[in-house]
Amino acid sequence: MSTALVTDLTIFVLALLVGIEVIGKVPATLHTPLMSATNSIHGIVLAGALLIGVTAHNWVGYVLAFIASLFAAANVVGGYVVTGRMLKMFRKKAPQVSQESVESLDGHKGLKGLAGKVGIGRAQS
Amino acid sequence: MSGFTNNIQFVYVLAAACFVIGLHLMNSPATARRGNQVSTAGMVIAIAATLILMIHYGTVTATGWIVLITGALIGSGVGLYAARTIQMTAIPQLVSMFNSVGGGAAALVAIYGYYYAESHAGGVLGTTTVFTVLDVIIGSVTFSGSIIAAGKLQGLIGGQPIVFKGSRLLNLVLAVVAIGTAAYMLTTASLLALLIVVLASLGFGVMMVLPIGGADMPVVISLLNAFTGTAVAMAGFVIGNWALIIAGALVGASGGILTKLMADAMNRSLVNIIVGGFGTGDSAVAIGGPVDAQVRSIAADDAAIQLAYASKVIIVPGYGLAAAQAQHGVAELGKLLEDRGIEVSYAIHPVAGRMPGHMNVLLAEANVPYPELVEMDEINPEFARTDVALVIGANDVTNPAARRPGNEISGMPILDVDQAKSIIVIKRSMGHGYAGLDNELYYNPKTSMYFADAKKAMTELTSAVKTLVA
Repeated sequence: MSTALVTDLTIFVLALLVGIEVIGKVPATLHTPLMSATNSIHGIVLAGALLIGVTAHNWVGYVLAFIASLFAAANVVGGYVVTGRMLKMFRKKAPQVSQESVESLDGHKGLKGLAGKVGIGRAQS
Repeated sequence: MSGFTNNIQFVYVLAAACFVIGLHLMNSPATARRGNQVSTAGMVIAIAATLILMIHYGTVTATGWIVLITGALIGSGVGLYAARTIQMTAIPQLVSMFNSVGGGAAALVAIYGYYYAESHAGGVLGTTTVFTVLDVIIGSVTFSGSIIAAGKLQGLIGGQPIVFKGSRLLNLVLAVVAIGTAAYMLTTASLLALLIVVLASLGFGVMMVLPIGGADMPVVISLLNAFTGTAVAMAGFVIGNWALIIAGALVGASGGILTKLMADAMNRSLVNIIVGGFGTGDSAVAIGGPVDAQVRSIAADDAAIQLAYASKVIIVPGYGLAAAQAQHGVAELGKLLEDRGIEVSYAIHPVAGRMPGHMNVLLAEANVPYPELVEMDEINPEFARTDVALVIGANDVTNPAARRPGNEISGMPILDVDQAKSIIVIKRSMGHGYAGLDNELYYNPKTSMYFADAKKAMTELTSAVKTLVA
């Protein structure tokens, strides 16, 4: 085994363990956005697709580089955008103003909900 | 490895750190958005580093740049359009398509690496071949398998398991050809052999997903997600790129964990799902047997009375709710009841919807605040002090038969709906769930059946409650 291979394998195994550790803590509520987020992360293959260009000097290389970069770019751009779209919808209708996330009170939906909960007014949309 | 490429590898590690931190921030809905932003930043850093590296090498031809930039721009456009316009009910298909192109790109990276090494002095290195064939096999299986999965979810291909005579044998032959040829490649460098591996793997991907029923798709998508991650990591080994190795390993780990969670929640082993079991997909709902005499059927008005005068209501949404696109109706009803001071929460079974956590996204889109969405283990003790449990389009996950041994769903974790003081089940007919089993919950004396399409039922119930209250 070459040093490079041992290094690569070490990194791989450690990253697997980190992945297991981090993912295990994500609540079921977020599993779909989580899968979408990891989906965008494997879009890193775009780096690999681009690097084909470094040695590609004939039509075979160009064709492979074109398809690979197209696929990978669709994956990475689409993945991040759709994950962001999903996460934006998760809002917490805070029962009391003081606590925790101020973020959840952005957008008038949150405030309306708050008003409804406290009984200030009817929260009809 | 020169000092410069070492620096770039270090930047890749920084990008990977962003991915890990981003995923870590997803452990709470309050921080998840920031997590996605951190992850995006990591990706921008990694791609920028790659471009710098390419300029540093200075060997990318003008044609090369044009090809890469055109490809990336078209891909970005397609991805952006799909991500912006997709319906939340169709998210599983989109995720599946991203798995497909990700796996495909990973396979192409390895194919090119092999092609280049084979046609140049020095030939193909032994260890590189191992990773190349692994990447090509996993990437190709993911590419074709994910397209079939997306097609099934989209309804382009029938949701039922497709099994024909000799399909198992064909599956086996394809697997043997792919692995056998791959083994041959370890001793002899051959582009033809690589092509055979690609084709056999593509065929295997199709054959692997075709026999799997629509209801098992949550597990399949998780599995294919893990596959894509692994393929990307293998591509990283082939070209010696740490960003790919780390990111691929992260995704592989997450996909693996989710696959196991899903399979456990359905009380099925992965082998059982892949080989094809009793899963008959989502088609069985409409054809029901005759309504049993012991079943009590009620109309919207009666159901509305029960709901309007309850003090605690748990809504149990299931697959049928998503299929009927009734999530907005449910949210409206829930809101109406809440405004009356009734405690409303939603019981979410791990496999509700078409992919892990899908139901949460659908309800979040309908503006249901996430603290009201409660996971199975947390909500189960709550049923005993609940006045009305409203079951909408959920079947097997509420069947008390799972607590007894000796049937298809024995041992499957279920929602303890039968503990509630009264139960209303909204269902189109007395059809079976995908386990093909009678739901004992429907024969419970506390249960009333409200036969209607989920979406229509929600409209009727909401207006009935409104009339009652006014």
